[in-house]
Amino acid sequence: MNGGLRLLAAGDTALTAELGDTVDPRINARVLSLDRALAAEALPGIVETVPTYRSLQIHFDPDRLDVEALGRTLEALAAKLDDEPPPGRTWRVPVAYGGEHGIDLEATAARIGVSTEEVIAIHLAGDYRVYMIGFQPGFAYLGGLDSRLHLPRREVPRLKTPAGTISVGGIQAAVASIEAPSGWHLLGRTPVRAFDPVRAEPLLFGVGDRIRFERISADDYVSLATRVADEGWLPPREAP
Amino acid sequence: MSVLRCIDPGPLATLQDGGRVAWQRFGVSVAGAMDPIGLALANLLVGNPRDGAAIEVTLAGGVWEVEAESVRLAFAGANIAATIDGRLAASHRSHMLKRGQRLAIGPLAGAVRGYLAVAGGLALPAMLGSISTHLRSRLGGIDGGPLRAGQELPLVLDTVGGPDLAFDPSLLPTAPPRFRAILGPQDDMFTREGVETLFAADYTVTAEADRMGMRLAGPKLAHVGGYNIISDGIAPGSIQVPGAGLPIVLFADRQTTGGYPKIATVVSADLGFLARCRPGDTIRFEQTDLAGASRLRQALQDRLARLAASLSPARSVASLDSATLLAHNLVDGVTDGLDVP
Repeated sequence: MNGGLRLLAAGDTALTAELGDTVDPRINARVLSLDRALAAEALPGIVETVPTYRSLQIHFDPDRLDVEALGRTLEALAAKLDDEPPPGRTWRVPVAYGGEHGIDLEATAARIGVSTEEVIAIHLAGDYRVYMIGFQPGFAYLGGLDSRLHLPRREVPRLKTPAGTISVGGIQAAVASIEAPSGWHLLGRTPVRAFDPVRAEPLLFGVGDRIRFERISADDYVSLATRVADEGWLPPREAP
Repeated sequence: MSVLRCIDPGPLATLQDGGRVAWQRFGVSVAGAMDPIGLALANLLVGNPRDGAAIEVTLAGGVWEVEAESVRLAFAGANIAATIDGRLAASHRSHMLKRGQRLAIGPLAGAVRGYLAVAGGLALPAMLGSISTHLRSRLGGIDGGPLRAGQELPLVLDTVGGPDLAFDPSLLPTAPPRFRAILGPQDDMFTREGVETLFAADYTVTAEADRMGMRLAGPKLAHVGGYNIISDGIAPGSIQVPGAGLPIVLFADRQTTGGYPKIATVVSADLGFLARCRPGDTIRFEQTDLAGASRLRQALQDRLARLAASLSPARSVASLDSATLLAHNLVDGVTDGLDVP
């Protein structure tokens, strides 16, 4: 029994340890469990690991690590993975909804036949978990979006969306870190910068963390954005 | 302060080192030199660590002026016609320049990119552990962007001693006739004909090739079922195949995760040589396995070790007339095997 593990070659410097092929919180929990267990083994030659929705990418130095030995270690670890999501930190992320900060809020409300206040309430009620970080530095893909907000992507992506964009796309929600193109629906914006390379803590959210959104006004956005820029203000977080 | 001033960066010049490791789980791309062999050769010639930060130039090498008592520079990765204050300067050796002297590097031959290394290195702060520039996220380098005319690169050393060094050019590693790749991680999402085509057909490097990826033109590779996967990690050299069926090889600036199936992965020993190819070049792939990749890696490391051991004082430029330099530089430049077939 290897816990559904598939080991897939990714050249001579990486190995993909796949635990499923769907977006499923239990598969993601097993990926994170495998990541922690492998880190605890502290094998020499592992350069870095990248947990995704359903697999763990292991980058290694082939001159220091025998990939067959790595495979045996992964097989052994995969037999005893935890299906429960890891505790993770909980971040409280302030969001200004609608208006210039969330230019798709009204269209989203019209599309699903509710008021803009209801869209905000549905989005705020979610208990989100960071499933994966990718696409750009610090871009957090969140699971836990209410099915009423599951919408297909825009037919024509926007070439530019601002840093801090709070959006939904498909079954996912996201907190964008830097300015980027996006085909998702923009509901609001946070003054929090998930990525700032010169900050003591350059990247805030980690895979497995939880995120709760908190509504702020457009005025609050301005004052918090000033504090972020001037004082390096960070959002409140709770240890697991 | 001692600096190397950028008079003209050429079409695109960025600072690159061995790359930004350990941040991919936060979505931060590795970046780093597209051709790690070229970077290593340039650094070896000036006595730097092989993966130390250097200037990666594209298509042509620009013009650089010394504002220090003396600076030792070396250029590698591509073949060049370079001049120092108008006098021809040979390849595959280092050159000491005095204050006010200018190195002008013309069009590159045999490779898209080349590396200009400075003895002692650049006095720039690492960002997330690396000086490498990642243009898409504006990370690294001086301000996250390409080098611009007028910018000054601060140097660690104000003066250099000792002789200029040269390699035995007959030991320079050469590109393989076919780029070796290992199947996977998603080769099972392609038809058998698709996999056979990858290793049998000629592909052409298109103009859509940059530090992130190289889009190839040629026979399409048919998927089995769909062509979207739940995003997973991406290795250097991954050959991903979007819906249109044409492969894209992913390089240093690749995204950390992606949602297209990856049919195969170019082995680490061959990836820097593939990065040298230009739009219009015809390339071919050959299947290998982990043992094959290991042999290729070992052979390349042995070759680099022999090159390093061959370093010896270069002949004085002043003792050579330009005809001799032409014979040693420009003629070598087209015959030393660096050209990719």
